Amino acid sequence: MQAKERGRVYRTLFWSTFQLSACTFGGGFVIVPLMRRKFVEGLHWLEEQEMVDITAIAQSAPGPIAVNASILVGYRVAGAPGALVTVLGTVLPPLIIISLISLCYAAFRANPVVNLAMKGLLAGVAAVICDVVWTMGAAVLGGRRAMPAIVLLLAFLAVQVLEVNIMLVIALCGLAGAADTWLRGRRGAGEGRT
Amino acid sequence: MIYLQLFWSFFQIGLFSIGGGYAAMPLIEHQVVELHPWLTMGQFADIMAIAEMTPGPVAINSATFVGIQVAGLPGALVATAGCVLPSCVLVLVLAWVYYRFRGLTMVQGVLAGLRPAVVAMIASAGLSLLSLALGGQDGGAQTLESVDWTAAAIFAASLAALRVRKVSPIWVMAAAGLAGVVLYTVLPGAAG
Repeated sequence: MQAKERGRVYRTLFWSTFQLSACTFGGGFVIVPLMRRKFVEGLHWLEEQEMVDITAIAQSAPGPIAVNASILVGYRVAGAPGALVTVLGTVLPPLIIISLISLCYAAFRANPVVNLAMKGLLAGVAAVICDVVWTMGAAVLGGRRAMPAIVLLLAFLAVQVLEVNIMLVIALCGLAGAADTWLRGRRGAGEGRT
Repeated sequence: MIYLQLFWSFFQIGLFSIGGGYAAMPLIEHQVVELHPWLTMGQFADIMAIAEMTPGPVAINSATFVGIQVAGLPGALVATAGCVLPSCVLVLVLAWVYYRFRGLTMVQGVLAGLRPAVVAMIASAGLSLLSLALGGQDGGAQTLESVDWTAAAIFAASLAALRVRKVSPIWVMAAAGLAGVVLYTVLPGAAG
């Protein structure tokens, strides 16, 4: 009975990540809105904040974000075997698609219909990313503290305007969060926590 | 022997490509064009263009492409396996650490600092993509006249569908691609 249930979870994990991976046009971050819809809103296997944390870890670790995020989701839902299942689901679509295209790639690249579809698709992908920024931003800035808003603004300026290395931004923001917690803890202790 | 070389090359690409697809490009070029005679520079440019047009991470796409060119389908499998192995090991360790220690106050603090940074980075990626989508051929919308209004309309309609109607992103992207084919064909001169 339990084995049957586990099999169902593996199957859902595999087909979910397979579908999502087959749709990640336009770079690694696109997997995040797709996963959020599927695993947070659809299946309720993850919490909103957890999805943001998973994105942070996937971004900080080496390797493609889509693969890293899949590993984290798979591990969360069904441990290390779950992670293996989601990696397979994520890797197979590009493997199959590129194998097919490599047979006739010159024709594919020169195809005018493919090019027009890509132009429309790019606008759609931009909308998908904006939507997830909106939703995740609301979840992150939901509290009453100013710290998340300040970090968000500074990190955005650093990445977009000053083009600071992303790893450096991540390290500094993590440090800022730790310092903020430490200071609040000390202030709390000084006032005599009640 | 060639399998071992493919595996090792893409293992290094997987291990050192931190920060997503575009950070991986110079690493891939170094391994498959400069270090090994697997692709010419022209083929490399082709695979990068195809990687942008097809789903999936750039590193996996190029692993499959290079693997097939060099040693057929087994080559593709070996190269892809090499590419994801570092992720599998490192991320599993990080996942274990995260779920084991995320209750600690200090870990909560670090995560509270990381969350807004993640939103900022996705926003930045979204902005770059938007300017690419609205900029037409030259890439990047500099002036109001150079904005591709057809793409802007597709963007606005997609965002409305996602926010108001809660349509699945997959359907939105499929519809946007279809709208691209239809609108750019119907509207003469819109394709820029």
